[in-house]
Parts: sequence; C-alpha cells; structure tokens
Amino acid sequence: MEDVRLIEVKEEILADNIKVASGVRERLRNTKTMLLNLMSSPGSGKTSLILRTVEGLKGSLRLGVIEADIDSTVDAEKVAARGIPAIQLRTGGFCHLDATMVTQGIDALAASEFDLIIIENVGNLVCPAEFDTGAHKNVMILSVPEGDDKPLKYPLMFTICNVLLVNKIDYLSLSDFDMAALRKRVLALNPNIRIIEVSCKTGAGVGDWIAWLKKEVDVFRLGQRSV
Amino acid sequence: MHELPITESILKIVLTYAEKNDVRQVMAIHLRIGKLSDLEDDWIQRYFDYLSKGTVAEGAKLKIERTPILLQCNVCATSYDVEITNISDAVCPDCGQKDSKMISGREYYIKDMEVQ
Repeated sequence: MEDVRLIEVKEEILADNIKVASGVRERLRNTKTMLLNLMSSPGSGKTSLILRTVEGLKGSLRLGVIEADIDSTVDAEKVAARGIPAIQLRTGGFCHLDATMVTQGIDALAASEFDLIIIENVGNLVCPAEFDTGAHKNVMILSVPEGDDKPLKYPLMFTICNVLLVNKIDYLSLSDFDMAALRKRVLALNPNIRIIEVSCKTGAGVGDWIAWLKKEVDVFRLGQRSV
Repeated sequence: MHELPITESILKIVLTYAEKNDVRQVMAIHLRIGKLSDLEDDWIQRYFDYLSKGTVAEGAKLKIERTPILLQCNVCATSYDVEITNISDAVCPDCGQKDSKMISGREYYIKDMEVQ
C-alpha cells in the first residue's frame, strides 16, 4: 500500500475574498468614495436608517446605495423613490455579501461619481461579519426589541464594527432592555466602537449619526491624495 | 449558515495543491478555525462530501482544530484565553483590567493535508 504523505498548505481559506476586498478599498480610495457596510438582523431598521440618512445629508454628499436582498427589490425602490441612485443585488439565497458581489454593485453604480456609498447587507448578524466587503467602515444596528443580550450571542459582529446604532429607542419605556448592560457588553468586546442611540421613527439621535458620518467622510476624503 | 462558500474555498485550495503535488487521493485535511466563528463542523463536512464528488478529494475527512479566542491586555500586555460565552466579562488575570484587544480567534486556515 502507498504511504500517506503530508503536504503543507498554509493558506487562508478566505484569501480570495480578502484580495478582492482590498482591491475594492483601493479603487474607491482613488475616487475618494467612502464605502460603508451597514449590517443588522432583519427588521431592525437598515432601510429606515438609510432613508433618514438621505434626509439628514440634505444633498450635502453625493450618496449611492447598494441594497442586498435574498430575492426582492423592495428596499432599492424605497431608496430610489427619494431620488438616490440605488442598485439592488439579489443574493439568490446567499446569507451575506462578499467582495465580488459588492464589486458588481459598484460597477453598476458608476462609483466614481459618489462621495459615499452605503451597502445595505443581508439581514443577518452571523454571516456578514465573516466576509470582508471591501468597505472602509462597518456599521451595525441593534434594535431595542431584539434585546440587550445580542453581544453575547453574536460577538463577532460587535467586534468588527466601527459604530453600533441602537435603534427604536422609542420602545425603551415598553421593554426591559438594559442600555447600561448593553454598553458594558459591547465595549468589553470592542472598546473602540462608537455607540449612538437613535429612533428612525421619531428622529431622535439621528443628528448624532449624521454628524459622525459627515465627519468620517470628510476625514476619509482629505486623507486620500488627489488623483 | 455560510458553510457553503467557505467549503467551496477549501475545496478549491485543496484541489490546486493536489494537482501541483500529483496527488491521487486526499485522505484528510487539517483546518484551523477560530472559536469566534459560528461554523458547524458537521455541516462543513457534509458540504465538502457533496462538492468533492468525482474529485481526488472525494471522501477526505476534515479535521478541524479550533483556535482559542486570545485577548491581550492593553494595560500590561498579558495574553489570555477566553471562551465565547464569557468574553464580555473577561478581565486580565494579571492586572484585573478589562481594556484588551483580540489577537486570535477569527482564523480560517488550511494547515496541511494527508494524501496518497
């Protein structure tokens, strides 16, 4: 019988995606377009936040949106109705976006004409956290009805984000959601994360989010050399 | 939930190495996956069995080593392991501070493979 040999492989399983994602980041740096990846569970308010963001930016930035959904175009239609260029990617059952899919969205949008592109990722706190989309900033939403224990169940998502938006704070008085406990759990996972409490329904806190966003886009654009 | 694309990547890399090394049969593949990942070992194997049909990797066993979630204290630089369930409560065993950064636990890595 033939001997069994051992072959060294030493390869990152996700190397292909990481390579494409780095390419996306570089390409958008050249056109001074900041790419922001927005993630959350289904129904926590990603589309509502994007609509509030459109309103809050009041045309001060050239904004484009890439929507991802398993199989519908509802979200893109809502955004496009506000006069914002939006591309809907149907992931056809995939639970997340990867950098190759994002590249298709960027090509379809003619990305060079934008200061900011927001990706609305598939509603899911697990898989999108594992796949680099090529975004320069990662932002997540956790809504009050989901509960303050989510950092314990989905730690990876909380560790990779620059901002956590706690949405639906208008529900706080109706729930036993413990904001102090949430903050403690999240900051233990990721001491650098910025936590902003908002209600996309009442508009509370949205100003803080818009201020963060404008500042980040300014810093990003200033940091890129002119081409 | 995202076992399928991960498994596709594993198979692609394995077949590339198999071809380079004139492999007739891949017996086992050693993977190193961080404990922070939600991947289910059984499902990766099931997807792999399906995807690898008719290739030299058909029937190969995936042997998965889970790498620990390792934090490093930002105050005294001590490194320590935590479990996914108590990551939020973890404090540095040396100085008792909570301020830390993660230095491993997210790996997705193919170490080596046993072949004939």
